[in-house]
Amino acid sequence: MRPENYKPVRHPPSHEYELYFGPNHPGIEGNYAIRVRLKGDVVQEAITDAGYLHRGFEKIMEERLWVQNVALVPRICVPDPVPMEESYARAVETLGGIEVPERAQWIRVLMLEMSRICAHLFTFGGNAATIGLYTNMFWGVTMRDLFLDIFEEITGARIYHMYITPGGVRRDLPDGVLDRLAAVLDELERKKPEFDDLFFENAVVINRATGVGVLTQAQALAWGVTGPNLRACGLAHDVRRDDPYLVYPALKFDIPTATSGCSLARMHVRRAEVEQSVRILRQVMERLRTVGGPVRAHLPNPLAWNVPAGEAYARTESSKGELAFFAVSNGGPKPWRIQVRGPSQMHGVQVLERILEGARIEDVAQIMFSLDACPPEIDR
Amino acid sequence: MSDVTPKYKGSVLRPLKALANLWREPATLPMEPRPAAPNYRGFHLNDWKLCIGCGTCQEICDNAAIRMVQIPDLPTDAKAGVKPRRPAIDYGRCCWCALCVDICPTGSLSLSREYIHVSSDIDSYFILPDEKGIHGLGFEKGWSKSETSDLLDHQRQEMECLPAEEALSGFGELVPGYDTQAAVLEASRCIQCGMCHEACPTGMNAPEYIRALWQGDREKAVAEIYRTNPLAQVCGRICTHACETACSVGRRGAPVAIRWLKRHAMDSVPPDQIREIAIAGKAEEPSGRRVSIIGAGPAGLTAAFDLAKKGHAVTIYEARSKPGGMMRFGIPEYRLPYHNLDADIDVIRASGVEILCNTAIGRDVSMAQIRGASDAVLISTGLWAARSARVPGTDHPRVLSAIRVLEAITQGEDFGVPRRAVVVGGGNVAFDVARSVARLQKARYGEVAMDVIALEDRDHMLADEEEVREAAGEGIDLFNSWGPKSIQINDGSIVALETVRCISLKDAEGRFHPKYDESTMVSHAADTVIEAIGQSADTSYLGKELVEALEWSRGRLKIDRAGRTSEPWLWAAGDMVEGPDVVHAIAAGHRAAASIDEVLAHMAVKPGNVA
Repeated sequence: MRPENYKPVRHPPSHEYELYFGPNHPGIEGNYAIRVRLKGDVVQEAITDAGYLHRGFEKIMEERLWVQNVALVPRICVPDPVPMEESYARAVETLGGIEVPERAQWIRVLMLEMSRICAHLFTFGGNAATIGLYTNMFWGVTMRDLFLDIFEEITGARIYHMYITPGGVRRDLPDGVLDRLAAVLDELERKKPEFDDLFFENAVVINRATGVGVLTQAQALAWGVTGPNLRACGLAHDVRRDDPYLVYPALKFDIPTATSGCSLARMHVRRAEVEQSVRILRQVMERLRTVGGPVRAHLPNPLAWNVPAGEAYARTESSKGELAFFAVSNGGPKPWRIQVRGPSQMHGVQVLERILEGARIEDVAQIMFSLDACPPEIDR
Repeated sequence: MSDVTPKYKGSVLRPLKALANLWREPATLPMEPRPAAPNYRGFHLNDWKLCIGCGTCQEICDNAAIRMVQIPDLPTDAKAGVKPRRPAIDYGRCCWCALCVDICPTGSLSLSREYIHVSSDIDSYFILPDEKGIHGLGFEKGWSKSETSDLLDHQRQEMECLPAEEALSGFGELVPGYDTQAAVLEASRCIQCGMCHEACPTGMNAPEYIRALWQGDREKAVAEIYRTNPLAQVCGRICTHACETACSVGRRGAPVAIRWLKRHAMDSVPPDQIREIAIAGKAEEPSGRRVSIIGAGPAGLTAAFDLAKKGHAVTIYEARSKPGGMMRFGIPEYRLPYHNLDADIDVIRASGVEILCNTAIGRDVSMAQIRGASDAVLISTGLWAARSARVPGTDHPRVLSAIRVLEAITQGEDFGVPRRAVVVGGGNVAFDVARSVARLQKARYGEVAMDVIALEDRDHMLADEEEVREAAGEGIDLFNSWGPKSIQINDGSIVALETVRCISLKDAEGRFHPKYDESTMVSHAADTVIEAIGQSADTSYLGKELVEALEWSRGRLKIDRAGRTSEPWLWAAGDMVEGPDVVHAIAAGHRAAASIDEVLAHMAVKPGNVA
């Protein structure tokens, strides 16, 4: 029995409509969303909707002691937390004029490269899942877990390591961990052909990802793209090489690039980076067997540590791109201001909105994932 | 640079590769909990026997997950720096960063290798960790205290000390004090736990003044110091620093140099400003009451300062030529320069206290006169009568008491500097006199010939360790576990002190009762013997009538907690009623002043007293 005043809803013509992707869309890494306006199945306009992870990291850091922030910074990027710790620590070290002992520098590089491999393994899995290849995701996560075991052994925690601290690292490596890491690296290399089979040389992947989400070099430079996303456009820019920190100048490694700037190119650059990271790790492990000495500089009591007034900008090549901390001290026991320059801000918001235009709906998740944005970095 | 643009390597047979997996082991993972790494940061463990309740874990916790909880049955010991509190953890907030473990001054906190807790009961996430962990399962320690991860600064800022040669050449101050940079760095070592505050007899606001110094606000530091101590120049130099014994940082490293920081604050603010800070808050109107204080030592001066700030008219009667008591006539100048003592006394004078020197009771003014002119009287006349070992020969004129020698040195009197001397005693006074006389020997004869014999063994010396160490550097020989037997006199002059081996100090009940092995004797050649084995109070000035009226206990004046004697108008404080040092005397002075003030507030003003 319909009421008399009932009027059926008149739907607008369905060729132009809006879709809300996220924030818990399975194809989206972490909590941010895109509002996509579509005509048929072609994207007309995409507007990102971040903020679901906003915890006010930068503001919280102003309320905490310099050392307390060591426990906070890894949370800014869950899949790749070590560059956060490194950038923060280095910013504070620059302010305080603290020299990091050599052994600690080697350990830090070890941690950074392990973290890069973990992050890339995670991304391979996620990216494959957006194309419907879930096995890859399981394998990637399983492989990453072997690295997390090593992290757990060194730092006492699998994800939030909180290990790199201003002045060095919190404690020395446990005995025998380098041998176990060597075994994990061997396992990774043994598995590599299977990953290639499953993903990089998979016809489905190549057909779906080639030429999708293309970013030209000029666009990339204009929009502040860094990291693998920039290198996939043919520019060999890498902070480890161009503005070296720690002991990177003493290490031999290549900077892989690709030219096409598409989704697949980005993933291939990451694959090649994993190979380079393994190469770096083997060199670092060799050095760590001989380089001794302290792993932490002597610092004042953290409850009353006045870091000298000044500004410092410390950048690190994270798995996502150039990650930097800008720290300002007014000479007090807490930071006056910390700014996080997360690469995901550009990749996940500005770049994504632009390159999604004209993409097809089935590629939205894939393009998003190939940019490898880390939402908490946007919402920092 | 390498270009990695992909090439398609497809084949129709490719999917068949998956068939190879049929012969593989299944990739299943065990459901059993996996043992965590040896370094794992799991649930907290706390060794209650080690934990001192300082609360530093609470301070460092970045998520405010730790709260110190009072535990009623726990032992508490302010002198040793132990509070009956233990940390409780809120696992709704904890992020397992282990900063609490890394900063823990005792090393009692650690994180275990236990990591599973599942419960729908919200209260089960608040725990008071002990050695057994959250579920009492006794998991092993994971992340625990290590040298590298320790966050505390265990190293004290070096305090320079005059080299022995230079120190011996006169009575110049041994230590120069911190410069500003060293003081700020030293202040930064403090963790603000407040153990020092509890341990100090006067309840010094040490955390507050240390924090102020660290912030560069010396005036605020001085103001905090003056809240409980009007003799800060003195205490900043010669205090026995119970605070540093209780200091939490000292558990695994060197305690914060609280005494030197106090000294730095006092040295770095100009006297005018100190005076202004010190007498701020003085009552604007006089109360119309008069208090007389006998003896211008630390107890008397402190009480006078407190009472004057309350608006009472205070007069101190001092028998000696200058005020200060033991601080001036007992403590050598190289430890406490006279001008520093004078600076403190100037501030006390500026608060309105009248000090009448060279005024001995019974000689210049009678006790009855004082009583008649005052609403309350405080006696704080110290311990000036010397004890003697009373062995054969101690009645010889060249057997001197340490306190007389020290007094003579301050007064500039010649007591006949000995060529070779033996000091009997193992306390700070023994070393004060030995080191003072050694300086005079050096000046007069060019060399030091000084033995100190102590009943105690080296590990149980009563004197401060630094005194013993510095004395050794100055050429003074220390002989432990020896007691005086007799003094050898030849032709009317002392030639040696005979000593016997002391085999035990106390009897079964723990009372002082030394036993000697008479068969082991050593003779110390000397022309003078100085006894530094304790002093007693001389109360004869009170007059026979008053002495009989007062209540006594074991030869000491009986007082209540505030220092009031059995006579309602008379209070007593300082060494004469309770020891053993300046800071205790200051504390007693405060208590007596507070009690006097309270009593005076309820007393009618005498008509003649209104100013």
